[in-house]
Amino acid sequence: MTTPVLALEGVRKEFGGVVAIERIDLELHAGEIVALVGDNGAGKSTLVKIIAGIHPPTSGRIMMDGSPISFPNPRAAQEHGIQVVYQDLALADQQPVYMNMFLGSELVTGPFRRLNRKRMIAETETLVRELDVRIPSAKATIRELSGGQRQGVAIARATHRARKLVLMDEPTAALGVAETMRVEAIIRSLKERALAILLISHSLDQVFRLADRICVLRHGVQIGVKRSSETSSNEIVAMITGLA
Amino acid sequence: MTSALRGIDPSRYVVHVGFLLIFALFAVVLKDDGFLTSTNLLNIAQQTAPVTVMAVGMVFVFTAGEIDLSIGSVVAISALIAATVMREYAWPLAVVAGLGTGIGIGLLNGALVAYARLPSFLVTLATMGLLAGVARWLTNLQSVPITQNLFNNLFGAGRLAGIPSLVFWTVAVVGIGHFIHRETRFGAHVHATGDNARAARAIGIRIEQVRLAVLVISATTAALAGLLYAGRLHGARYTLGETDLLTVIAAVIVGGTHLNGGIGTVTGALIGSLLMGMLNNGLILMGLSVSEQMMVRGLIILAAVALTLREPNR
Ligand SMILES: Nc1ncnc2c1ncn2[C@@H]1O[C@H](COP(=O)(O)OP(=O)(O)O)[C@@H](O)[C@H]1O
Ligand SMILES: [Mg+2]
Repeated sequence: MTTPVLALEGVRKEFGGVVAIERIDLELHAGEIVALVGDNGAGKSTLVKIIAGIHPPTSGRIMMDGSPISFPNPRAAQEHGIQVVYQDLALADQQPVYMNMFLGSELVTGPFRRLNRKRMIAETETLVRELDVRIPSAKATIRELSGGQRQGVAIARATHRARKLVLMDEPTAALGVAETMRVEAIIRSLKERALAILLISHSLDQVFRLADRICVLRHGVQIGVKRSSETSSNEIVAMITGLA
Repeated sequence: MTSALRGIDPSRYVVHVGFLLIFALFAVVLKDDGFLTSTNLLNIAQQTAPVTVMAVGMVFVFTAGEIDLSIGSVVAISALIAATVMREYAWPLAVVAGLGTGIGIGLLNGALVAYARLPSFLVTLATMGLLAGVARWLTNLQSVPITQNLFNNLFGAGRLAGIPSLVFWTVAVVGIGHFIHRETRFGAHVHATGDNARAARAIGIRIEQVRLAVLVISATTAALAGLLYAGRLHGARYTLGETDLLTVIAAVIVGGTHLNGGIGTVTGALIGSLLMGMLNNGLILMGLSVSEQMMVRGLIILAAVALTLREPNR
């Protein structure tokens, strides 16, 4: 058994006494897609934010490549190769696509470290073409884009930067059928690049199409982890709802 | 063709068009009152220097989604401290003291906003009042004359690098400000922080440092504006900068910078500031009374702001 890219050991999260996550133990391996499912308020987004360095866990450990680690802020998580596609899109609406693509790691040129807009635009165009994200132009502002196009930009950004792990919080929730299929193809290509992927989705069909394993949360409690090949939609639904 | 035009936001050019229209109007109407003479135009440029310098700082603050109400008080206190230091010491020390005062106040404002997470509106409203009191108390309402001529020339009516000092400072601050705001990573982070602070933080931008920095920039430009007033008037008084806050905000907003953050331009603020100065000058030349000037200026600002900030889908 290889060392997992990321392992959660007894991770718990309370918000001012309210328990959002009771306890989670989960391993994520390179080239593996793990789905995280559960009803609204189960604690899925909270778990993503813990791994991403937005919320510190109340207790428990995060292990990366076998050693304990803590992410005091999102920057620290990103420096360890983790990228997130947030449910509430983390894009700056009034800025152009290429600035969003390079936000926080802008390319510069010359002795005055001037923004290299030309190169950022060119690289953005290549990137969105590779991922088949159809946007009018790399210079368009995010506000001018459709929901699917915005999601495409967010995913392109995350996949471009991720070296180890991509967390996706309902990446296709706002998308149409064709756009969803395109995003699923992108997710599969990440797996081929040997990244570990944690996918939150409300679509069980999608979960069974993509995931190797499925982790079920209910009211912050980890109900169980199943291999997709060894379970069924009915069993997962029963685990999510608690109704046998 | 249409896609090329779609990228152009007409509201961004309101200030340019307005500037040209009013300039043309004054040029015709005030032809015989000397509006178009080089002396008068230079006069406008020199008189607007402190407001332009502060407007550059305010563009950073607005773009980051914050506001700085304390700049008027910083003007007075920095000028007073510089003038007081110059009673005993050489002017370079006074310049350092004046600018240092601004930086210190900016750090205080910035720390309270960025790290104590208080709203900038309230923090700078409080420091505005506090510093206005300090400025009055410091000199017991007296003015402090400055007799070091080199200072008065460098920051006032003299020349620097062959051009009038006040124009030099305006060009330098606008040039540097424009570069930092538009062409650097820091500038991009200021935009992102004002546009969507949560997104900026999630992507790893240190939004606390950005917020601290913009308030330091703004207070520093206000301190420089204080030195410019002190140099021009050969002295400092607690009333310096008292009425500048609204002019600066008007110049910045008319120049196309959004109060809500994420969008702003330094060059627009320069034109906005020159527009304000030109209005002042033209309305005086027209012989309007002070109250009439205030009303006309208010209406013009209202019109410009309405045209600039009109949001089609609100
Ligand atoms: N920042 C927060 N402060 C307080 N409570 C929170 C916060 N974030 C999430 N919660 C609570 O934690 C629980 C889990 O929320 P969340 O992780 O968003 O669920 P999910 O993504 O599975 O729908 C909810 O009860 C929610 O109200
Ligand atoms: Mg959620």
